[in-house]
Amino acid sequence: MEEKKLYTISVYSENNLGLLNRISTIFVKRHINIESLTVSASEIKDVSRFIVVVKMTETAVKKIIGQLEKQVEVIKAYYHTDDEVIFTENAMFKFKSDLLFENPQIQNIIKEHSMNIITVNRTFFVVEKTARRPEIEAIYKAFEPFGIAQFVRSGRIAISKEAMNIRKILGEIVQ
Amino acid sequence: MSTKTERIIGAEAVVRSLLAEGVEIAYGYPGGAIMPIYDELYKYQDKLHHVLTRHEQGATHAAQGFARTSGKVGVALATSGPGATNLITGIADAQIDSTPMVCITGQVASHLLGTDAFQETDVISISSPITKWNVQVTKAEDIPGAIAKAFYIAKSGRPGPVLIDITKDAQLSELDYSYEKCTNVRSYQPVPTTDIEKVKEAATLINAAKKPMIVFGQGVILGGAEQEFKAFIEKSGIPSAWTVLGLSALATNHPLNVGMVGMHGHYGPNKLTNECDVLIAVGMRFDDRVTGDLSKYAKQAKVVHFDIDPAEIDKNVKTDVAVLGDSKDTLGKILEFIEEKDHSAWLQQFRDFDKIEFEKVINGQLNPTKEGLTMGEVLQGINKATNDDAVIVSDVGQHQMMAVRYANFTHTRSNVTSGGLGTMGFALPASIGAKMGAPDRHVVAIIGDGGYQMTCQELGTILQTGTAVKIVVLNNEFLGMVRQWQQLFFDRRYASTEMTNPDFVKLAEAYSIPAKKVSARGDLQGAIDEMIACKTSYFLEVMVEKEDNVFPMVPTGASVSDVRLE
Repeated sequence: MEEKKLYTISVYSENNLGLLNRISTIFVKRHINIESLTVSASEIKDVSRFIVVVKMTETAVKKIIGQLEKQVEVIKAYYHTDDEVIFTENAMFKFKSDLLFENPQIQNIIKEHSMNIITVNRTFFVVEKTARRPEIEAIYKAFEPFGIAQFVRSGRIAISKEAMNIRKILGEIVQ
Repeated sequence: MSTKTERIIGAEAVVRSLLAEGVEIAYGYPGGAIMPIYDELYKYQDKLHHVLTRHEQGATHAAQGFARTSGKVGVALATSGPGATNLITGIADAQIDSTPMVCITGQVASHLLGTDAFQETDVISISSPITKWNVQVTKAEDIPGAIAKAFYIAKSGRPGPVLIDITKDAQLSELDYSYEKCTNVRSYQPVPTTDIEKVKEAATLINAAKKPMIVFGQGVILGGAEQEFKAFIEKSGIPSAWTVLGLSALATNHPLNVGMVGMHGHYGPNKLTNECDVLIAVGMRFDDRVTGDLSKYAKQAKVVHFDIDPAEIDKNVKTDVAVLGDSKDTLGKILEFIEEKDHSAWLQQFRDFDKIEFEKVINGQLNPTKEGLTMGEVLQGINKATNDDAVIVSDVGQHQMMAVRYANFTHTRSNVTSGGLGTMGFALPASIGAKMGAPDRHVVAIIGDGGYQMTCQELGTILQTGTAVKIVVLNNEFLGMVRQWQQLFFDRRYASTEMTNPDFVKLAEAYSIPAKKVSARGDLQGAIDEMIACKTSYFLEVMVEKEDNVFPMVPTGASVSDVRLE
């Protein structure tokens, strides 16, 4: 059996209202669980970039790329292993402000992981960390005993080591 | 591009845009949210013929039938809500069978979107997985551009259905109208660039092959590559088998035509798929009904795959050489690299299997000794009456498999059927469109008693338009294909497959369609001849043997070489 791996799929597309639906359908109908999905602007005006993280075999991910590129408004889709991308996630934690004084370890955790303090007021404070999944999970575990009021983590964002050449592709198609 | 613009409303822009795309026939059904467009259709009725079907599903199938015989884009119109949802089956059918179709739906006014307004439905979301492209238009000025893009996408590359949803306010407000055809969409490459090295690699494999076999699909027809394909097989001498949708791309009596592959395909091509040394797939997608168990499919063979859609390469069957591009172009290019070969000994192996199949299966269908009529002899009668040159539109089930197995074809674009989706109810409305797309040809719809009753309201469309389609219902008083499976795999438990049917002749006569019922062999050919000679539409019901089965058969999950003859 071919090994399942984590792949980062990057989809460059036109900025179109219904495209998210079309793209998610491609995964859903094949029972592929999306580990994370992020949509944002890209380096090109009016071109969106989807970052989809999936765990699957390379044979299967190749077929998914074919289905993605088949969509009229998808310009190009790539897949990469973790070694081939620079990637990160963003996490935010909210705590009651009292905890900061009752549990000095919280401060230590914040320092140890070089976290950013986003806001502090009398009732609550929010800290943020941009890192890879294992570090965010470690922080979560460290904070957990003290009572996290709210936690949120973004999907992965990633930039490939290899060049993407989207401008060139758009140029080639336009001529 | 004409820079002259005119001030008109969106609804008129829809009709003018359709005319600019060369549309002469559209199928549809009016309703509240599309009334402004119908009002314009009324004004332009001498230029654009609108066919009122009796159900929106019928409009899509008629548009499909029209597209399949004419090679043009089929057009279907419907209102919002139920009108739009009734299009869905036909759109899904067109998507899986790569049929170019543009559907236009009315939508509630833009300020009502998302309010659960009367007849509001999110047709964009509903149709996303089954359209090649879709778009909602909420501003009149976006209408011409959306329609231009829709036609370009529907017919270019691997064709497919597109849907444009137009809000009522966009139909009613004014725009400065001018029309420019779409010639490119920057994110969309309809035809992949052909790598000439791959063409040469494919030719090398083909030239070295001792037992090559071709399986061709609808890609040959969609690419208009029938001549190039014929030249390719004649030079290479390779036995060629077809998929259901590839049928009629090559004349059925061509010496290299070895029949159909797949579940109810012919014995030889199924058996020899697992003996050939090079399998050449042309414009086909290795559907599960073609391959049977993939793990036992042509494992011994090198696979060459010609296709326009890169996503089809390696999707089901691992390819050794993939030749991407338009079939007319790639088959044209490979010809010069192909060596002239004679594979007559290998071809003979197919013919030897044909003899076995003839004795065990075909003879019983065509020269039956039992009293009950067979579907095969009905098809044979139609072949005879039409000189092997009818357009055969089939529905879905046993009669469909019998139609594709026993109908003879001399011209391309003559086999119209619902292949991928298997839509019962397809044939009657599709035959209306097929006849309008090929008005000079005999169009014969072959339908089972089950599927006929799914869309027989379209008899009203035949009555109103006077379309001369010939309707043949092969009546076995069963949902025959399901019954066959119940017999073979469910120990003859005939759950909900027996049909108590109405008097079909009276039904046809209620629509002023000449009708006849045949139950005896002696009356069959005379009735078929009368039907074909009739200038108008005609209905012929043939009572066939109730519990006949379609063979050969590759049972689900079995290897194609385990094809059963009984």
